[in-house]
Amino acid sequence: MWKLLQIELYKIFRRPRTYISFAAITALIGVIQLGLKMDGDAYVDFLMSSLKDNFEFDGKILNAYLVCYIILQLLLIHVPLLISLIAADMISGEANMGTLRLLLTKPVSKTEFILAKFFASAVYTLMLLVWIAVFALALSIWLFGTDDLIIQKTSYVVQIGENDVFWRYIGAFGFAFLSMLTVTALGFFLSLFAENSIGPIVTTMSIIIFFTILSTMTIPLFQKIQPYLFTTHMVNWKEFFDEKVDSQNVVIPGSIQSPEKLLNSALVLVLHIVGLVSASVFIFKRKDVLS
Amino acid sequence: MKNFLIVLVSFIGLQSAAFSQDMTALINKVSAKLNQVNDYTAEGSLKTDVSFIKAPSGKVKVYFKKPDKFKLKKDGGISILPKGGVSINMNSMVMTNNYVALAAGESTIDGVKTKIVKLLPTDENSEIVLSTLYIDEANLLVRKAVTTTKENGTYEMGLTYGKYSNYGLPDKVVFSFNTKDYKLPKGITLEFDEGEKPSDLDKLKNKKGKVEITYTSYTINKGVDDSVFK
Repeated sequence: MWKLLQIELYKIFRRPRTYISFAAITALIGVIQLGLKMDGDAYVDFLMSSLKDNFEFDGKILNAYLVCYIILQLLLIHVPLLISLIAADMISGEANMGTLRLLLTKPVSKTEFILAKFFASAVYTLMLLVWIAVFALALSIWLFGTDDLIIQKTSYVVQIGENDVFWRYIGAFGFAFLSMLTVTALGFFLSLFAENSIGPIVTTMSIIIFFTILSTMTIPLFQKIQPYLFTTHMVNWKEFFDEKVDSQNVVIPGSIQSPEKLLNSALVLVLHIVGLVSASVFIFKRKDVLS
Repeated sequence: MKNFLIVLVSFIGLQSAAFSQDMTALINKVSAKLNQVNDYTAEGSLKTDVSFIKAPSGKVKVYFKKPDKFKLKKDGGISILPKGGVSINMNSMVMTNNYVALAAGESTIDGVKTKIVKLLPTDENSEIVLSTLYIDEANLLVRKAVTTTKENGTYEMGLTYGKYSNYGLPDKVVFSFNTKDYKLPKGITLEFDEGEKPSDLDKLKNKKGKVEITYTSYTINKGVDDSVFK
Protein backbone atom coordinates (compact mmCIF):
# COMPACT_ATOMS: atom_id res chain seq x y z
CA MET A 1 0.00 0.00 0.00
CA TRP A 2 2.83 2.38 0.94
CA LYS A 3 4.60 1.61 -2.33
CA LEU A 4 1.39 2.23 -4.25
CA LEU A 5 0.93 5.54 -2.47
CA GLN A 6 4.49 6.57 -3.32
CA ILE A 7 3.89 5.74 -6.98
CA GLU A 8 0.66 7.72 -7.05
CA LEU A 9 2.30 10.70 -5.37
CA TYR A 10 5.14 10.52 -7.86
CA LYS A 11 2.62 10.58 -10.69
CA ILE A 12 0.73 13.54 -9.21
CA PHE A 13 3.81 15.65 -8.61
CA ARG A 14 5.33 14.88 -12.02
CA ARG A 15 2.43 16.51 -13.79
CA PRO A 16 2.88 20.23 -14.47
CA ARG A 17 -0.87 20.69 -13.90
CA THR A 18 -0.36 19.93 -10.20
CA TYR A 19 1.71 23.06 -9.76
CA ILE A 20 -0.91 25.34 -11.32
CA SER A 21 -2.79 25.29 -7.99
CA PHE A 22 0.34 26.11 -5.97
CA ALA A 23 1.25 28.90 -8.38
CA ALA A 24 -2.29 30.30 -8.42
CA ILE A 25 -2.47 30.30 -4.63
CA THR A 26 0.96 31.91 -4.28
CA ALA A 27 -0.02 34.62 -6.76
CA LEU A 28 -3.40 35.26 -5.12
CA ILE A 29 -2.00 35.45 -1.61
CA GLY A 30 0.88 37.61 -2.83
CA VAL A 31 -1.48 40.04 -4.53
CA ILE A 32 -3.72 40.30 -1.46
CA GLN A 33 -0.72 40.82 0.83
CA LEU A 34 0.79 43.41 -1.50
CA GLY A 35 -2.51 45.28 -1.72
CA LEU A 36 -2.97 45.29 2.04
CA LYS A 37 0.63 46.27 2.66
CA MET A 38 0.37 49.21 0.26
CA ASP A 39 -3.14 50.40 1.04
CA GLY A 40 -4.34 48.31 3.95
CA ASP A 41 -5.23 51.25 6.18
CA ALA A 42 -7.82 52.47 3.70
CA TYR A 43 -9.26 48.95 3.54
CA VAL A 44 -9.43 48.74 7.34
CA ASP A 45 -11.05 52.19 7.47
CA PHE A 46 -13.70 50.93 5.08
CA LEU A 47 -14.20 47.74 7.10
CA MET A 48 -14.43 49.64 10.36
CA SER A 49 -16.48 52.56 9.02
CA SER A 50 -19.61 51.45 10.85
CA LEU A 51 -17.71 51.39 14.15
CA LYS A 52 -15.30 54.28 13.77
CA ASP A 53 -18.10 56.84 14.13
CA ASN A 54 -18.61 55.77 17.72
CA PHE A 55 -15.39 54.08 18.81
CA GLU A 56 -11.69 54.75 18.88
CA PHE A 57 -9.31 51.92 18.17
CA ASP A 58 -5.79 51.94 19.49
CA GLY A 59 -3.56 49.17 18.19
CA LYS A 60 -2.62 47.40 15.00
CA ILE A 61 -5.93 46.31 13.48
CA LEU A 62 -4.28 45.38 10.20
CA ASN A 63 -2.05 42.58 11.42
CA ALA A 64 -1.10 39.10 10.21
CA TYR A 65 -4.06 37.42 11.87
CA LEU A 66 -6.57 39.69 10.13
CA VAL A 67 -4.74 39.36 6.80
CA CYS A 68 -4.80 35.57 7.10
CA TYR A 69 -8.51 35.63 7.98
CA ILE A 70 -9.28 37.78 4.92
CA ILE A 71 -7.23 35.44 2.71
CA LEU A 72 -8.92 32.32 4.06
CA GLN A 73 -12.36 33.87 3.64
CA LEU A 74 -11.62 34.59 0.00
CA LEU A 75 -9.55 31.51 -0.84
CA LEU A 76 -11.40 28.68 0.81
CA ILE A 77 -14.33 29.25 -1.53
CA HIS A 78 -12.09 28.87 -4.58
CA VAL A 79 -9.57 26.25 -3.48
CA PRO A 80 -12.10 23.43 -4.08
CA LEU A 81 -11.98 24.31 -7.77
CA LEU A 82 -8.21 23.83 -7.76
CA ILE A 83 -8.49 20.57 -5.85
CA SER A 84 -10.96 19.15 -8.33
CA LEU A 85 -8.31 19.58 -11.06
CA ILE A 86 -6.33 16.74 -9.49
CA ALA A 87 -8.90 14.69 -7.58
CA ALA A 88 -11.34 14.39 -10.48
CA ASP A 89 -8.50 13.26 -12.73
CA MET A 90 -7.27 10.40 -10.56
CA ILE A 91 -9.19 7.56 -12.23
CA SER A 92 -10.54 9.20 -15.36
CA GLY A 93 -7.04 10.39 -16.27
CA GLU A 94 -5.75 6.82 -16.23
CA ALA A 95 -8.79 5.70 -18.21
CA ASN A 96 -8.16 8.44 -20.74
CA MET A 97 -4.54 7.40 -21.21
CA GLY A 98 -5.54 3.75 -21.38
CA THR A 99 -3.34 2.80 -18.45
CA LEU A 100 -6.07 1.82 -16.00
CA ARG A 101 -6.48 -1.72 -17.26
CA LEU A 102 -2.73 -2.13 -17.46
CA LEU A 103 -2.31 -1.02 -13.85
CA LEU A 104 -4.90 -3.49 -12.69
CA THR A 105 -2.96 -6.38 -14.19
CA LYS A 106 -0.48 -5.91 -11.32
CA PRO A 107 -0.92 -8.13 -8.23
CA VAL A 108 -2.73 -5.45 -6.26
CA SER A 109 -6.34 -5.59 -5.09
CA LYS A 110 -8.78 -3.10 -6.55
CA THR A 111 -9.49 -1.78 -3.03
CA GLU A 112 -5.80 -1.15 -2.34
CA PHE A 113 -5.40 0.46 -5.73
CA ILE A 114 -8.29 2.86 -5.31
CA LEU A 115 -7.46 3.70 -1.70
CA ALA A 116 -3.86 4.46 -2.65
CA LYS A 117 -5.14 6.82 -5.34
CA PHE A 118 -7.49 8.51 -2.86
CA PHE A 119 -4.78 8.88 -0.19
CA ALA A 120 -2.45 10.36 -2.79
CA SER A 121 -5.04 12.99 -3.69
CA ALA A 122 -5.58 13.57 0.05
CA VAL A 123 -1.84 14.22 0.45
CA TYR A 124 -2.04 16.69 -2.44
CA THR A 125 -4.97 18.44 -0.71
CA LEU A 126 -3.04 18.55 2.57
CA MET A 127 0.04 19.99 0.86
CA LEU A 128 -2.08 22.66 -0.78
CA LEU A 129 -3.47 23.68 2.61
CA VAL A 130 -0.02 23.65 4.21
CA TRP A 131 1.10 25.88 1.33
CA ILE A 132 -1.78 28.28 2.08
CA ALA A 133 -0.95 28.21 5.80
CA VAL A 134 2.72 29.01 5.15
CA PHE A 135 1.97 31.89 2.81
CA ALA A 136 -1.20 33.28 4.38
CA LEU A 137 -0.16 32.98 8.01
CA ALA A 138 3.61 32.59 8.34
CA LEU A 139 4.49 35.10 5.61
CA SER A 140 1.85 37.53 6.89
CA ILE A 141 3.32 37.31 10.40
CA TRP A 142 6.66 38.30 8.92
CA LEU A 143 5.14 41.09 6.82
CA PHE A 144 2.51 42.56 9.14
CA GLY A 145 3.37 41.44 12.68
CA THR A 146 0.74 40.26 15.14
CA ASP A 147 -1.85 41.81 17.42
CA ASP A 148 -5.41 41.08 18.53
CA LEU A 149 -7.74 39.80 15.85
CA ILE A 150 -10.87 41.87 15.29
CA ILE A 151 -13.54 40.20 13.19
CA GLN A 152 -16.72 41.89 12.11
CA LYS A 153 -19.71 39.59 11.93
CA THR A 154 -23.10 40.64 10.56
CA SER A 155 -24.49 41.75 13.91
CA TYR A 156 -21.52 41.85 16.26
CA VAL A 157 -17.77 42.28 16.53
CA VAL A 158 -15.37 39.74 18.01
CA GLN A 159 -12.00 40.70 19.45
CA ILE A 160 -9.67 37.77 20.08
CA GLY A 161 -6.57 38.30 22.19
CA GLU A 162 -3.24 37.93 20.38
CA ASN A 163 -2.27 34.94 22.55
CA ASP A 164 -5.58 33.25 21.88
CA VAL A 165 -5.49 33.29 18.08
CA PHE A 166 -2.81 30.87 16.86
CA TRP A 167 -4.42 27.66 18.11
CA ARG A 168 -7.65 28.78 16.41
CA TYR A 169 -5.82 28.92 13.09
CA ILE A 170 -4.49 25.40 13.66
CA GLY A 171 -8.07 24.30 14.31
CA ALA A 172 -9.38 26.25 11.32
CA PHE A 173 -6.79 24.72 8.98
CA GLY A 174 -7.60 21.27 10.38
CA PHE A 175 -11.28 21.90 9.70
CA ALA A 176 -10.48 23.32 6.26
CA PHE A 177 -8.63 20.07 5.53
CA LEU A 178 -11.83 18.13 6.25
CA SER A 179 -13.77 20.49 3.97
CA MET A 180 -11.26 20.16 1.15
CA LEU A 181 -11.04 16.41 1.62
CA THR A 182 -14.80 16.25 1.05
CA VAL A 183 -14.26 17.98 -2.29
CA THR A 184 -11.40 15.57 -3.02
CA ALA A 185 -13.66 12.61 -2.24
CA LEU A 186 -16.40 14.04 -4.46
CA GLY A 187 -14.08 14.68 -7.40
CA PHE A 188 -12.50 11.28 -6.90
CA PHE A 189 -15.91 9.58 -6.84
CA LEU A 190 -17.01 11.31 -10.03
CA SER A 191 -13.79 10.38 -11.80
CA LEU A 192 -14.91 6.74 -11.70
CA PHE A 193 -17.64 7.39 -14.21
CA ALA A 194 -15.74 9.06 -17.03
CA GLU A 195 -12.99 8.22 -19.43
CA ASN A 196 -11.65 11.72 -19.74
CA SER A 197 -10.84 14.26 -17.00
CA ILE A 198 -12.86 17.21 -18.25
CA GLY A 199 -16.25 15.71 -17.39
CA PRO A 200 -15.60 14.94 -13.70
CA ILE A 201 -13.62 18.17 -13.15
CA VAL A 202 -16.42 20.32 -14.57
CA THR A 203 -19.09 18.28 -12.76
CA THR A 204 -17.28 18.66 -9.42
CA MET A 205 -16.91 22.41 -9.96
CA SER A 206 -20.56 22.70 -10.99
CA ILE A 207 -21.78 20.82 -7.91
CA ILE A 208 -19.67 23.03 -5.63
CA ILE A 209 -20.83 26.25 -7.30
CA PHE A 210 -24.47 25.13 -7.31
CA PHE A 211 -24.43 23.98 -3.68
CA THR A 212 -22.51 27.08 -2.55
CA ILE A 213 -25.14 29.33 -4.12
CA LEU A 214 -27.91 27.33 -2.43
CA SER A 215 -26.00 27.52 0.88
CA THR A 216 -25.68 31.29 0.74
CA MET A 217 -29.18 32.30 -0.36
CA THR A 218 -31.46 33.27 2.51
CA ILE A 219 -34.64 32.06 0.85
CA PRO A 220 -36.80 30.01 3.29
CA LEU A 221 -37.14 27.10 0.85
CA PHE A 222 -33.36 26.84 0.44
CA GLN A 223 -32.76 27.36 4.15
CA LYS A 224 -34.60 24.09 4.79
CA ILE A 225 -32.17 22.12 2.65
CA GLN A 226 -29.02 24.02 3.65
CA PRO A 227 -28.18 21.79 6.65
CA TYR A 228 -27.99 18.83 4.25
CA LEU A 229 -25.55 20.47 1.86
CA PHE A 230 -21.87 19.85 2.56
CA THR A 231 -21.03 23.34 1.28
CA THR A 232 -22.99 24.83 4.21
CA HIS A 233 -20.70 22.99 6.63
CA MET A 234 -17.50 23.71 4.72
CA VAL A 235 -17.46 27.37 5.79
CA ASN A 236 -17.87 26.57 9.48
CA TRP A 237 -14.12 26.86 10.11
CA LYS A 238 -15.12 30.42 11.04
CA GLU A 239 -16.66 29.06 14.25
CA PHE A 240 -13.12 28.84 15.62
CA PHE A 241 -13.10 32.63 15.53
CA ASP A 242 -16.13 33.29 17.71
CA GLU A 243 -15.90 33.36 21.48
CA LYS A 244 -18.19 32.90 24.44
CA VAL A 245 -18.77 35.76 26.86
CA ASP A 246 -19.54 35.68 30.57
CA SER A 247 -22.48 37.37 32.30
CA GLN A 248 -20.63 40.70 32.16
CA ASN A 249 -20.11 40.43 28.41
CA VAL A 250 -16.37 39.80 28.84
CA VAL A 251 -14.82 37.23 26.54
CA ILE A 252 -13.83 33.88 28.06
CA PRO A 253 -10.32 33.28 26.67
CA GLY A 254 -9.87 29.98 24.87
CA SER A 255 -13.60 29.46 24.35
CA ILE A 256 -15.58 28.76 21.19
CA GLN A 257 -19.11 30.13 20.86
CA SER A 258 -20.67 27.01 19.32
CA PRO A 259 -18.39 23.96 19.65
CA GLU A 260 -21.38 21.72 19.01
CA LYS A 261 -21.98 23.41 15.63
CA LEU A 262 -18.33 22.87 14.79
CA LEU A 263 -18.44 19.20 15.80
CA ASN A 264 -21.69 18.66 13.92
CA SER A 265 -20.24 20.16 10.75
CA ALA A 266 -17.03 18.14 11.13
CA LEU A 267 -19.11 14.99 11.55
CA VAL A 268 -21.19 15.77 8.45
CA LEU A 269 -18.00 16.29 6.43
CA VAL A 270 -16.40 13.07 7.75
CA LEU A 271 -19.58 11.17 6.85
CA HIS A 272 -19.44 12.61 3.33
CA ILE A 273 -15.80 11.58 2.97
CA VAL A 274 -16.36 8.07 4.31
CA GLY A 275 -19.53 7.70 2.24
CA LEU A 276 -17.98 8.90 -1.02
CA VAL A 277 -14.77 6.87 -0.59
CA SER A 278 -16.72 3.73 0.38
CA ALA A 279 -18.99 4.21 -2.62
CA SER A 280 -15.93 4.68 -4.82
CA VAL A 281 -14.41 1.40 -3.56
CA PHE A 282 -17.73 -0.41 -3.89
CA ILE A 283 -18.37 0.79 -7.45
CA PHE A 284 -14.78 0.32 -8.62
CA LYS A 285 -14.68 -3.25 -7.31
CA ARG A 286 -17.70 -4.07 -9.44
CA LYS A 287 -16.61 -2.00 -12.41
CA ASP A 288 -15.64 -3.75 -15.59
CA VAL A 289 -12.48 -1.86 -16.50
CA LEU A 290 -12.19 -1.75 -20.28
CA SER A 291 -9.88 1.21 -20.82
CA MET B 1 -46.82 97.70 42.44
CA LYS B 2 -44.25 98.59 39.80
CA ASN B 3 -41.64 99.26 42.47
CA PHE B 4 -42.47 96.00 44.18
CA LEU B 5 -41.89 94.10 40.92
CA ILE B 6 -38.54 95.80 40.38
CA VAL B 7 -37.48 94.88 43.90
CA LEU B 8 -38.67 91.28 43.42
CA VAL B 9 -36.86 90.82 40.10
CA SER B 10 -33.68 92.37 41.52
CA PHE B 11 -33.92 90.06 44.55
CA ILE B 12 -34.33 86.95 42.40
CA GLY B 13 -31.45 88.11 40.21
CA LEU B 14 -29.20 88.61 43.19
CA GLN B 15 -30.21 85.26 44.66
CA SER B 16 -29.31 83.44 41.41
CA ALA B 17 -26.04 85.31 41.17
CA ALA B 18 -25.21 84.41 44.75
CA PHE B 19 -26.13 80.75 44.12
CA SER B 20 -24.01 80.67 40.97
CA GLN B 21 -21.15 82.25 42.86
CA ASP B 22 -21.37 79.57 45.54
CA MET B 23 -21.13 76.81 42.98
CA THR B 24 -18.18 78.46 41.32
CA ALA B 25 -16.41 78.46 44.66
CA LEU B 26 -17.13 74.75 45.07
CA ILE B 27 -15.89 74.03 41.56
CA ASN B 28 -12.76 76.06 42.26
CA LYS B 29 -12.12 74.02 45.41
CA VAL B 30 -12.53 70.73 43.51
CA SER B 31 -10.34 72.09 40.75
CA ALA B 32 -7.68 73.16 43.26
CA LYS B 33 -7.65 69.64 44.68
CA LEU B 34 -7.22 68.14 41.21
CA ASN B 35 -4.53 70.71 40.46
CA GLN B 36 -2.23 69.07 43.01
CA VAL B 37 -1.64 66.50 40.27
CA ASN B 38 0.61 67.73 37.50
CA ASP B 39 0.92 64.35 35.87
CA TYR B 40 0.33 60.70 36.59
CA THR B 41 0.83 57.24 35.22
CA ALA B 42 -1.75 54.72 36.34
CA GLU B 43 -2.05 50.99 35.89
CA GLY B 44 -5.31 49.14 35.85
CA SER B 45 -7.65 46.88 33.98
CA LEU B 46 -10.13 47.67 31.23
CA LYS B 47 -13.45 45.94 30.70
CA THR B 48 -15.61 46.78 27.69
CA ASP B 49 -19.29 45.93 27.88
CA VAL B 50 -20.94 46.86 24.61
CA SER B 51 -23.77 44.60 23.53
CA PHE B 52 -22.43 44.01 20.02
CA ILE B 53 -18.74 43.80 20.92
CA LYS B 54 -17.17 40.66 22.33
CA ALA B 55 -13.91 41.89 23.80
CA PRO B 56 -11.53 40.43 26.36
CA SER B 57 -10.63 42.39 29.46
CA GLY B 58 -7.05 43.56 29.60
CA LYS B 59 -4.44 45.52 31.49
CA VAL B 60 -4.10 49.20 30.66
CA LYS B 61 -1.76 52.06 31.36
CA VAL B 62 -3.19 55.55 31.64
CA TYR B 63 -1.08 58.66 31.23
CA PHE B 64 -2.10 62.20 32.18
CA LYS B 65 -0.27 65.50 32.00
CA LYS B 66 -1.55 68.98 32.70
CA PRO B 67 -3.50 70.68 31.35
CA ASP B 68 -5.40 68.13 29.26
CA LYS B 69 -3.09 65.47 27.86
CA PHE B 70 -4.62 62.05 28.41
CA LYS B 71 -3.75 58.68 26.90
CA LEU B 72 -4.99 55.18 27.58
CA LYS B 73 -2.86 52.33 26.27
CA LYS B 74 -3.72 48.66 26.44
CA ASP B 75 -0.81 46.45 27.48
CA GLY B 76 -0.61 44.41 24.30
CA GLY B 77 -3.64 44.23 22.08
CA ILE B 78 -6.14 46.63 20.61
CA SER B 79 -8.25 48.87 22.81
CA ILE B 80 -11.79 49.71 21.76
CA LEU B 81 -13.11 52.80 23.52
CA PRO B 82 -16.09 55.09 23.02
CA LYS B 83 -15.09 58.03 20.86
CA GLY B 84 -14.14 61.03 22.96
CA GLY B 85 -15.52 59.41 26.09
CA VAL B 86 -12.55 58.07 27.97
CA SER B 87 -10.39 61.06 27.17
CA ILE B 88 -12.91 63.14 29.12
CA ASN B 89 -11.05 62.73 32.38
CA MET B 90 -11.83 64.58 35.59
CA ASN B 91 -9.36 67.36 34.90
CA SER B 92 -10.85 68.21 31.53
CA MET B 93 -14.37 67.87 32.89
CA VAL B 94 -13.95 70.30 35.76
CA MET B 95 -13.54 73.38 33.64
CA THR B 96 -11.41 76.04 35.24
CA ASN B 97 -12.55 78.98 33.21
CA ASN B 98 -15.16 80.05 30.68
CA TYR B 99 -18.09 78.38 32.37
CA VAL B 100 -21.17 79.15 34.36
CA ALA B 101 -21.83 76.93 37.36
CA LEU B 102 -25.42 76.51 38.43
CA ALA B 103 -26.75 74.67 41.42
CA ALA B 104 -29.28 72.01 40.55
CA GLY B 105 -30.13 70.46 43.91
CA GLU B 106 -28.78 67.56 45.87
CA SER B 107 -28.62 63.82 45.39
CA THR B 108 -27.20 60.71 47.05
CA ILE B 109 -24.68 58.62 45.13
CA ASP B 110 -23.71 55.26 46.67
CA GLY B 111 -24.85 56.51 50.10
CA VAL B 112 -22.88 59.76 49.84
CA LYS B 113 -24.72 63.08 49.86
CA THR B 114 -23.74 65.17 46.83
CA LYS B 115 -24.43 68.60 45.40
CA ILE B 116 -25.55 68.70 41.81
CA VAL B 117 -23.75 71.34 39.79
CA LYS B 118 -24.45 72.10 36.17
CA LEU B 119 -21.53 73.53 34.23
CA LEU B 120 -22.34 75.51 31.12
CA PRO B 121 -19.40 76.56 28.96
CA THR B 122 -19.50 80.16 27.81
CA ASP B 123 -17.25 79.41 24.83
CA GLU B 124 -19.50 78.62 21.87
CA ASN B 125 -16.82 76.43 20.31
CA SER B 126 -16.53 74.17 23.33
CA GLU B 127 -16.97 70.46 22.52
CA ILE B 128 -18.81 70.04 25.84
CA VAL B 129 -22.35 71.37 25.76
CA LEU B 130 -23.28 70.66 29.36
CA SER B 131 -21.71 68.90 32.33
CA THR B 132 -23.60 67.83 35.39
CA LEU B 133 -21.35 67.04 38.33
CA TYR B 134 -22.41 65.29 41.51
CA ILE B 135 -19.93 66.64 44.03
CA ASP B 136 -19.24 65.20 47.47
CA GLU B 137 -18.80 68.57 49.16
CA ALA B 138 -17.24 67.21 52.34
CA ASN B 139 -14.39 65.44 50.52
CA LEU B 140 -14.36 67.63 47.40
CA LEU B 141 -14.74 64.60 45.15
CA VAL B 142 -16.79 64.23 41.98
CA ARG B 143 -18.85 61.06 42.46
CA LYS B 144 -20.68 61.16 39.15
CA ALA B 145 -20.53 63.24 35.99
CA VAL B 146 -22.92 63.41 33.08
CA THR B 147 -21.46 65.14 30.04
CA THR B 148 -23.21 66.05 26.83
CA THR B 149 -20.90 66.69 23.91
CA LYS B 150 -21.53 68.13 20.47
CA GLU B 151 -20.08 65.26 18.47
CA ASN B 152 -20.15 62.19 20.67
CA GLY B 153 -23.46 62.26 22.52
CA THR B 154 -23.94 61.96 26.27
CA TYR B 155 -21.61 60.10 28.61
CA GLU B 156 -22.11 59.17 32.21
CA MET B 157 -19.12 58.62 34.41
CA GLY B 158 -19.39 56.95 37.79
CA LEU B 159 -16.36 57.31 40.06
CA THR B 160 -15.37 55.29 43.09
CA TYR B 161 -12.56 56.49 45.32
CA GLY B 162 -10.04 54.74 47.54
CA LYS B 163 -6.49 55.40 48.62
CA TYR B 164 -5.84 58.16 46.05
CA SER B 165 -8.87 60.24 47.06
CA ASN B 166 -6.56 62.90 48.56
CA TYR B 167 -5.52 63.74 45.00
CA GLY B 168 -9.07 63.42 43.66
CA LEU B 169 -8.06 60.37 41.63
CA PRO B 170 -10.55 57.51 41.40
CA ASP B 171 -9.94 53.78 41.94
CA LYS B 172 -12.66 52.87 39.51
CA VAL B 173 -14.31 54.71 36.66
CA VAL B 174 -17.36 53.44 34.81
CA PHE B 175 -18.26 55.15 31.54
CA SER B 176 -21.77 54.60 30.23
CA PHE B 177 -22.84 55.70 26.80
CA ASN B 178 -25.57 55.08 24.28
CA THR B 179 -24.75 52.79 21.41
CA LYS B 180 -26.25 52.78 17.97
CA ASP B 181 -27.44 49.61 16.29
CA TYR B 182 -24.69 47.68 14.58
CA LYS B 183 -25.37 45.80 11.40
CA LEU B 184 -23.16 44.92 8.47
CA PRO B 185 -24.34 43.49 5.13
CA LYS B 186 -23.69 39.78 4.70
CA GLY B 187 -21.89 40.55 1.45
CA ILE B 188 -19.15 42.31 3.42
CA THR B 189 -18.83 39.85 6.28
CA LEU B 190 -19.29 36.80 4.01
CA GLU B 191 -21.40 35.23 6.76
CA PHE B 192 -24.33 33.50 5.18
CA ASP B 193 -25.63 31.32 7.98
CA GLU B 194 -28.63 32.16 10.15
CA GLY B 195 -26.54 33.80 12.87
CA GLU B 196 -28.11 34.75 16.20
CA LYS B 197 -31.63 33.92 17.21
CA PRO B 198 -34.06 36.89 17.37
CA SER B 199 -34.13 36.88 21.20
CA ASP B 200 -30.35 37.37 21.30
CA LEU B 201 -30.63 40.21 18.82
CA ASP B 202 -33.24 41.98 20.96
CA LYS B 203 -30.91 41.66 23.93
CA LEU B 204 -28.13 43.22 21.86
CA LYS B 205 -30.27 46.22 20.87
CA ASN B 206 -31.49 47.14 24.34
CA LYS B 207 -28.22 47.50 26.18
CA LYS B 208 -26.17 50.59 26.90
CA GLY B 209 -22.46 50.57 26.34
CA LYS B 210 -20.14 50.54 29.33
CA VAL B 211 -16.38 50.78 29.78
CA GLU B 212 -14.96 50.05 33.20
CA ILE B 213 -11.44 51.01 34.25
CA THR B 214 -10.23 49.74 37.62
CA TYR B 215 -7.00 51.40 38.68
CA THR B 216 -4.56 49.40 40.77
CA SER B 217 -1.84 52.02 41.22
CA TYR B 218 -0.93 55.61 40.42
CA THR B 219 2.48 57.19 40.07
CA ILE B 220 1.81 60.86 40.74
CA ASN B 221 3.94 63.90 39.83
CA LYS B 222 6.95 61.88 38.72
CA GLY B 223 6.91 63.33 35.21
CA VAL B 224 5.48 61.88 32.00
CA ASP B 225 7.24 62.20 28.66
CA ASP B 226 5.29 64.08 25.99
CA SER B 227 6.07 61.37 23.43
CA VAL B 228 3.60 59.08 25.24
CA PHE B 229 0.69 61.20 24.04
CA LYS B 230 1.59 61.07 20.33
